[in-house]
Amino acid sequence: MHDMTRRNFCDEAAARERCLRFRKRILDISQQVQALHIGSAYSCTEIVDCIYYGLMRRKPDGTSPDTFLMSKGHGCMIQYVVLEERGVLSREDLDLYCKPNGRLGCHPDYGNPGIEASTGSLGHGLSMAVGMALAERGRRTDGIIYTVLSDGEVQEGSTWEAVMMASSFGCSNLVAFVDNNDFQSLGRTSETHPSFYPLVDKFTAFGWETVEVDGHDSLAVFEAVTSRRGGRPFMVVAKTTKGKGVSYMENVPIWHYRSPSPKEYAQAAAELEKAAS
Amino acid sequence: MRNTFSEALYKAATANPDVYIVVADISPAGSMGKFRDQYPERFINVGVAEQSMIGICAGLALKGCQPFAYTIATFTLYRPFEMVRDDLCYQNLPVTVVGMGAGVIYSTLGGTHHTQEDIAIAGALPNMQIIAPCDPAECTEATLYCAQQRKGPIYLRLGKAGEPNFTDKAAVDPWQFGKLRYIKRGADVCILSYGIIMQKAMQLAEKFEAQGKSVSVVSCHTLKPLDIAGIEAALHRHKHVIVIEEHAPQGGLASRTKQVAWDTRAQCRLDTFTLQDAFIHNYGSHDELLAAHGLELGAIAARVGAGAAP
Repeated sequence: MHDMTRRNFCDEAAARERCLRFRKRILDISQQVQALHIGSAYSCTEIVDCIYYGLMRRKPDGTSPDTFLMSKGHGCMIQYVVLEERGVLSREDLDLYCKPNGRLGCHPDYGNPGIEASTGSLGHGLSMAVGMALAERGRRTDGIIYTVLSDGEVQEGSTWEAVMMASSFGCSNLVAFVDNNDFQSLGRTSETHPSFYPLVDKFTAFGWETVEVDGHDSLAVFEAVTSRRGGRPFMVVAKTTKGKGVSYMENVPIWHYRSPSPKEYAQAAAELEKAAS
Repeated sequence: MRNTFSEALYKAATANPDVYIVVADISPAGSMGKFRDQYPERFINVGVAEQSMIGICAGLALKGCQPFAYTIATFTLYRPFEMVRDDLCYQNLPVTVVGMGAGVIYSTLGGTHHTQEDIAIAGALPNMQIIAPCDPAECTEATLYCAQQRKGPIYLRLGKAGEPNFTDKAAVDPWQFGKLRYIKRGADVCILSYGIIMQKAMQLAEKFEAQGKSVSVVSCHTLKPLDIAGIEAALHRHKHVIVIEEHAPQGGLASRTKQVAWDTRAQCRLDTFTLQDAFIHNYGSHDELLAAHGLELGAIAARVGAGAAP
């Protein structure tokens, strides 16, 4: 088991406040561009927030021995706004999102501050995370690698290669989340590919320690990870709602990518405020 | 050549604790066994999972390591192509993708095991560098280079076993990444080649020399970035230039040399010999497969006017 002593606490109220702020910031940015994967970002808001604010350890200089790799690259809007709040990315960076003179696009690009790997094509992240975990082990450093996969990404054969590698190589310093919102472009995965489920059993069968939690319950996510037995890679199957927080976005596939109109924006902003109050 | 590679890699790994090898279920030839026994944490066997092999190499490199991905060329480059492109080239990571047994060396295993278009494919990728040593001695130099360079990904195209050495004793030039290497320097004819088909280039040179001609033989081991100035000089300093390569006609040394010849208004005679733009469905030895596509010494010699036996 890794040293947990330097880990932050999970303050539920603070997490709720941050997540509201992040969703609102993403909503604001949505008005600058035609599309930004808003539903995908809202789906994993609490997970990514918990990784950065609850799970990753911080040294006094603000750096972390741990690594976060956003395997579901299309969800990176939440990563960007978290990195902005942490001062890693600037407000100008976010203002220039997807603009010709900016450096942030719809998928994370390695080389940008706080971005540990380029993703966007699905099924790449978990193998890279395994490589990072092996490097930490080879160097006798104790960094933990955190990664978030989309559930659609778990259909990629390459993801299953990596699932097999992580447990076969005993990567106990790898913690992965599946953002299991059950939605893909063509509908509910449970309807289009029912054999996809049960997910927990599959990861467990491959030798991972696995739990299923409510992916919008920050404390549950935090406690699931911090109470893991260890010795094996850890998988959190996080049950989530695509577009979480905005009624007309929730579980409606078009909001995978679309930006709201000004009228839709106003409704979304009001709903987010109301839910938080 | 694979044993030479293994020995060089073992040396590099002994000197540098960040050197890793990630293999996809390939038998540990030569010193690879020594590597596995002495540095088990840095010898990673993914099994038959080449996409993960490349992804793991990328993850290691993102943490500052110097990994090599290693299996038969079709399976290091073709099978995980998108991982090579996105994880290695797009992120520009110093990972060496080793294509063992490239070309049609696996002659009896059929087209699934042939890499006839790998230079074109790897060469199309931004940031990718390509090295194809012509003999075991060059393989050592190339491997040691790959183990310490930090510029970006490299496709290292290797032969298999039993290749003769041409460059270990009498080569005119030393091996230098990105530069043509004259093994022999002459005035009349220049033969440009790379990889283990260099054997035919050397034999062809002997035939010309028997006719009293002065022949250059050049190892174009670095296919990307190609030494354009070196190719230009070869085209302009010889009356007759011949390219011999074990690769499809498009995207390899032959087409690049023709491009340089046109761009620089070269006046020499230029003959190129390549594999054809066709799969090979017949079997036999490596030489017999090359001959099926016209890469046979007698046929080449006849075409270029070196037909008389030495």
